[in-house]
Amino acid sequence: MKKLINSPDTVVADALAGLAAAHPSLAVDVENKVITRSGGATAGKVGLVSGGGAGHEPLHGGFVGYGMLDAACPGEVFTSPVPDQMLAATIAVNGGAGVLHVVKNYTGDVLNFQLAAELAEDEGIEVAPVVVNDDVAVQDSLYTAGRRGTGATVFVEKIAGALAERAAPLGEVAATAREVNDRSRSFGIALTSCTVPAAGKPTFELGDGEIELGIGIHGEPGRTRAPLAPARDITAAALDAIEADMPLTGDLLVMVNGMGGTPLIELYLVYNEVSRYLAGKDARITRNLVGNYITSLEMQGFSVTVCRLTDSLTDLWDAPVQTPALRWGR
Amino acid sequence: MDAAFFRAWIAESAAVVESQRDHLTQLDAAIGDADHGINLARGFSAVTAALDQAATPTPGSVLRLAGSTLISKVGGASGPLYGMALRQAGKALGDAPDVDASALASALEAALAGVQKLGAAQEGEKTMVDALAPATSALAEALAEGASPADALSALSAAAEAGAQATISMQALKGRASYLGPRSVGHEDPGAASTALILRALRDVALRQAR
Repeated sequence: MKKLINSPDTVVADALAGLAAAHPSLAVDVENKVITRSGGATAGKVGLVSGGGAGHEPLHGGFVGYGMLDAACPGEVFTSPVPDQMLAATIAVNGGAGVLHVVKNYTGDVLNFQLAAELAEDEGIEVAPVVVNDDVAVQDSLYTAGRRGTGATVFVEKIAGALAERAAPLGEVAATAREVNDRSRSFGIALTSCTVPAAGKPTFELGDGEIELGIGIHGEPGRTRAPLAPARDITAAALDAIEADMPLTGDLLVMVNGMGGTPLIELYLVYNEVSRYLAGKDARITRNLVGNYITSLEMQGFSVTVCRLTDSLTDLWDAPVQTPALRWGR
Repeated sequence: MDAAFFRAWIAESAAVVESQRDHLTQLDAAIGDADHGINLARGFSAVTAALDQAATPTPGSVLRLAGSTLISKVGGASGPLYGMALRQAGKALGDAPDVDASALASALEAALAGVQKLGAAQEGEKTMVDALAPATSALAEALAEGASPADALSALSAAAEAGAQATISMQALKGRASYLGPRSVGHEDPGAASTALILRALRDVALRQAR
């Protein structure tokens, strides 16, 4: 498959150099793979650190900035970053009020963040981890590694970031982050897999007439394979899966997220189907995002994330944010 | 077995993980995200570089440095798990300049305990534990029955390979493969496969030395 790269081994470093060149608001340590705000830590503010494998851009580096993350730690493509990165990030963003770690629920992310938090505690920095596990495709049971962290990660980073900017204490920022996670659910669908640069071929094969339901963000197979169907039916399948787990009522924040290879024309088409589906329920979409926010390289497909808002969560969502990928109010 | 033996084990592991990188990647594509081969190859390459640059006068120091390097360089679940395994084994070997097979058996038991504490996997969940646990038992049993170190390490390696093969019919209850549920059945677990390769490397180094 054709890719715009120089060599598989330098993809992440080359992309980080590009991020640094494009965004003076970011301080990018390409060698150590840590992205922070150019202005450094904010004294008295809870610092927000997240991270994960590369390949999900703009997550997380594109969300570093006022009102959202203080630091992002990119790993190799689809591979959790190492503790050294999160330790360095935690030290860099420490404003004396503690640090929140936003951890997507994958074994690798959880283990590496856990090791980093222990090292940070040894340095005298208080760390509160929040695990995001919004994906409904995996049954949360004793028999799996638990639900995956997907689209709600964006919501958690934005809303907790806004609260931190108001100088709220660590306990409150962590509790609000968990509340967002608990009130959010996601489901994803793929028309294609994706190709990890170093692997050179798609992670799995989907025929022309097939789709994968209940995908994650690492190109892995999902819950089931199904025949290609009109967008209306596919979208309904995603929302049915979410509704089976969480009532779709009240004020909703809805994200129709592109997996990276799906054009905006299709994402808006899907959003239309989402809004038609929800019009038939006791719910109002009061806030939305449509676009590429948490991708999986060039996978074609979309994920939908729904968060049941409260007045205070809405207020935090609306708060000013200034990052490469999300910007309003400033 | 002295520090040179353990450095040779690490070098052999690095070589086999590199040569089997595509195979491990394929296994991980079937039930994961296709990065296991790349990650381990990168990790062991970093371990090789670290061992070239640092003085490691004892077996324990070799494994501790290898483990810390894997934790710092690999990422994913493999970094912490393989790193912790080698680090715990290294700690169990202490500062002795030379260790016998029985000390190695205890070190592998410490490695297994470290992996299980961090990752919380039991046998039968389709993970590296399904290779490491039977291998550790086989080594201890063989030594208890009076086998020579070389024969005992052959038993270890055979048990690890059998364990890795046994993962084929298991449903994954841990890690990324667990998201697939029943669809994970019928595929060998990449972590069990790489663990078997690394333990085979241990056997091969021992057999070479025994000649």
